[in-house]
Amino acid sequence: MQWMISLKRTSLFRRHADRILRWSSVGAALIAAAMLVLITIFLTVEAWPALRHGALAALLPGERWHPAREAFGLFPMLLATLLVSGLALALAAPLGLAAAFFQLHYAPRWLSLPFRRLVELLAGIPSVVFGLWGLTRIVPLLATMKPPGVSLLAASIVLAAMILPTVALLTTASIAAVPAELWRAGRALGLARFRLLATVIVPAARKGIVAALFLALARALGETMAVMMVAGNVVQTPAHLLDPVRTLTANIALEMAYATGLHRSYLFFSGFLVLALTLVLVLMTERFQLRRSHS
Amino acid sequence: MEWAKRAFLAFFGAAVCAALVVLALFQPSEILAAPRQRLLLTGSSTIAPLALSIAQRYEAAHIGVRIDVETGGSSRGIADAMRGTADIGMASRKLKKEESGLVRYLIARDGLAMIGHSSNGVVGLSRGQVIDLYTGKITNWKTLGGSDSPVTIVNKAEGRGTLEVFLQFFGLDNRDISPDVIIGENAQGIKTVAANPTALGYVSIGAAEAAVAEGATIKLLALDGVPADTTTLAQGKYKLARDLILVTRPGPSTLATDFLAFATSHAVDDLIEKNFFVPPAR
Amino acid sequence: MTHRLSGEHIATGLIWALGLIVIVLLAAIVGDILRGGFSGFDPAFLLQDPMDAGRGGGIRSVLVSTVMILAVFLTVAAPVGLLAGIFLADTTRRSARLRRPIRISLDTLAGVPSIVFGLFGNAVFAVFFGLRLSILAGGLTLAVMVMPFLVRSVEESLRALPEELVQAGAALVLQRTTLLGRILLPAALPGLASGLLLGTGRALAETAALLFTSGYALRMPQGVSDPGRSLSIHILDLAFNVPGGTLNAYKSAAVLLVILVSLNSAVMLLARRRKTAVV
Repeated sequence: MQWMISLKRTSLFRRHADRILRWSSVGAALIAAAMLVLITIFLTVEAWPALRHGALAALLPGERWHPAREAFGLFPMLLATLLVSGLALALAAPLGLAAAFFQLHYAPRWLSLPFRRLVELLAGIPSVVFGLWGLTRIVPLLATMKPPGVSLLAASIVLAAMILPTVALLTTASIAAVPAELWRAGRALGLARFRLLATVIVPAARKGIVAALFLALARALGETMAVMMVAGNVVQTPAHLLDPVRTLTANIALEMAYATGLHRSYLFFSGFLVLALTLVLVLMTERFQLRRSHS
Repeated sequence: MEWAKRAFLAFFGAAVCAALVVLALFQPSEILAAPRQRLLLTGSSTIAPLALSIAQRYEAAHIGVRIDVETGGSSRGIADAMRGTADIGMASRKLKKEESGLVRYLIARDGLAMIGHSSNGVVGLSRGQVIDLYTGKITNWKTLGGSDSPVTIVNKAEGRGTLEVFLQFFGLDNRDISPDVIIGENAQGIKTVAANPTALGYVSIGAAEAAVAEGATIKLLALDGVPADTTTLAQGKYKLARDLILVTRPGPSTLATDFLAFATSHAVDDLIEKNFFVPPAR
Repeated sequence: MTHRLSGEHIATGLIWALGLIVIVLLAAIVGDILRGGFSGFDPAFLLQDPMDAGRGGGIRSVLVSTVMILAVFLTVAAPVGLLAGIFLADTTRRSARLRRPIRISLDTLAGVPSIVFGLFGNAVFAVFFGLRLSILAGGLTLAVMVMPFLVRSVEESLRALPEELVQAGAALVLQRTTLLGRILLPAALPGLASGLLLGTGRALAETAALLFTSGYALRMPQGVSDPGRSLSIHILDLAFNVPGGTLNAYKSAAVLLVILVSLNSAVMLLARRRKTAVV
């Protein structure tokens, strides 16, 4: 979509308006992007003492997390962060996709709109409410299987519920944006509903869907409060889905209030880690998008 | 499409209106308001609700005074008070040696109760039993006469005032404890124990009593034969307790002094009790 | 023929099942909130200020603070988000080199933990810019946090528009502003509105970022330079810090839900295109 259209018979005003538009949109984009730079600088500055102390070594398994004894092993928490978010996405992705299919092509007219409203509603519920729900409903259920109930699995379930609307709504938008002709053409060829969706529509909406999944994963990585309430917060490498774990973000929330000096720097470093994780994820997604878009 | 465009313009118009509202409400004078009429309290989130109520009552009696309460933890409150960034610090733990330069004002007492699930057969623990449970020497409830189930130990996160009170009272080192669950806020502890028939934890007596009144499935366990409630705490029979204090640098402002006098007087006894704490012996 | 039919049936059944799971899940959470919050609800709850640290009284001052925080957020995030999204949706080669790092930047921002935004907002807005703990600092922090989402959703909405619209514009030799203002943006309106709503919902739901920036104060704010707690922080405090506050926590959550529903319905009603399927 190109709107660098050559200027022919135009009024002076319009040309100015276009220029203003161009510069302000570039400016806005730069401002928005600059935020990341600022935050990275902020995190780096605050984490500097930790980096000098050898924070990268803290990522290796083996060291434990005992700030009072200057032991800053981040590996268990890093692993926990990855597992909780990954599992949450694994749960939310099929549900979200199904929700999109359901809303657009399977639900009867009278159900479609209320369903969507329900999903939109979920997107606005505060993390503390999710945490509360998890603590009062999911945790007791899991506790009957294996105490204490607060665990990796509990956190993943709650997180999945939190990112589900993101996946569902963005996927819906992508699928809905696929040109109607594609759908009609598929139907004309005699393709049944699901086959049409799976083989034609979804690939056409691929970019948007991948973006939706990525955004959901990023959100999951960054969630703090809800996870802190149901994950158990014990710093350990989980051996079992129902073992309590502590994520990097929950750790920051729990300890930032009283941490000083090197400890505080390590907390900022762990925030930096999550940022770095996200960056890696973004770059991977970019490469995936670029490769496929030339097919 | 005309109506759609109009709707979009309405949207943008709304954003502009929001901007105007924001600008209209911006009052830079507030930032530069006379310090004599403002007080800032920061620190323990345990004390914060009580501080809010006391501040509200004080403001109602003294027009023109503004008292702001912010949380951030006992350590932050103490640090802010030492630095002078806050007028008064709220702390729910004992002052350390390096903090002893501050003046402390006792505003209330809070107890720590051991809590278990309401279905747990055990109704009380001795001091020795708590130590054994938390250090892992007792691992099954049946040793104490309860059901045959492993004990789920709930401990507070490091840095919390409650943890330090607990450790000090029982003479434990946090390194000796390997908990099954670590919690941050009191209510999280309560809800975690309520969700788990095999759990054992400790929280503020006030928080526990309030939760039981709301129907939470926990029970407060007696300690060394003394039931854990605000009455025994007030009577001095229940020993696992801590002071809730306000701290300032020596020589606080007139307003701060007046407020502190108010906060440590009988005028706030009902507020203290509403927050499920115990007024100090005066 | 029979084979393909049963494959379709399985798929249909599966999708319905998953759709129902989603409904049950949402209904469970929403139901929990409403059940806890609607026992003995009266409008005075919205019109009174909190008393007893929130255990008694209502939530009027909290609602006002929340609205003000959202106003600040919208004022900053909406225009910047819209313009930045327009820039990113432009596919001319000239801007391509700039677009990639900007897009990567924004996407990465989406993964920053909310608590880091809170600490950042505190350091930059509250301390460095001297705003102290205030609604202004909170709104700005939210804007920074939700911005990437808004930008991307504007971009996706514009990208999703059919090529013919732009080609028609080229054929008519329209200027960019005309093309955007009269054709593209109105056409993308449902997507834009949806993105704005989701972003606002996200902002409303945020807790960790606001705790360190807009503060804990319970009183009615006089201006945006006053501290004021948002509804989500109020819920957090009542549920997890104030003994005996659980009932009002649920009531506040119920109010939040009602606000969300009305907001969503109102805006989507405005933006809906009549002829296409429900989006």
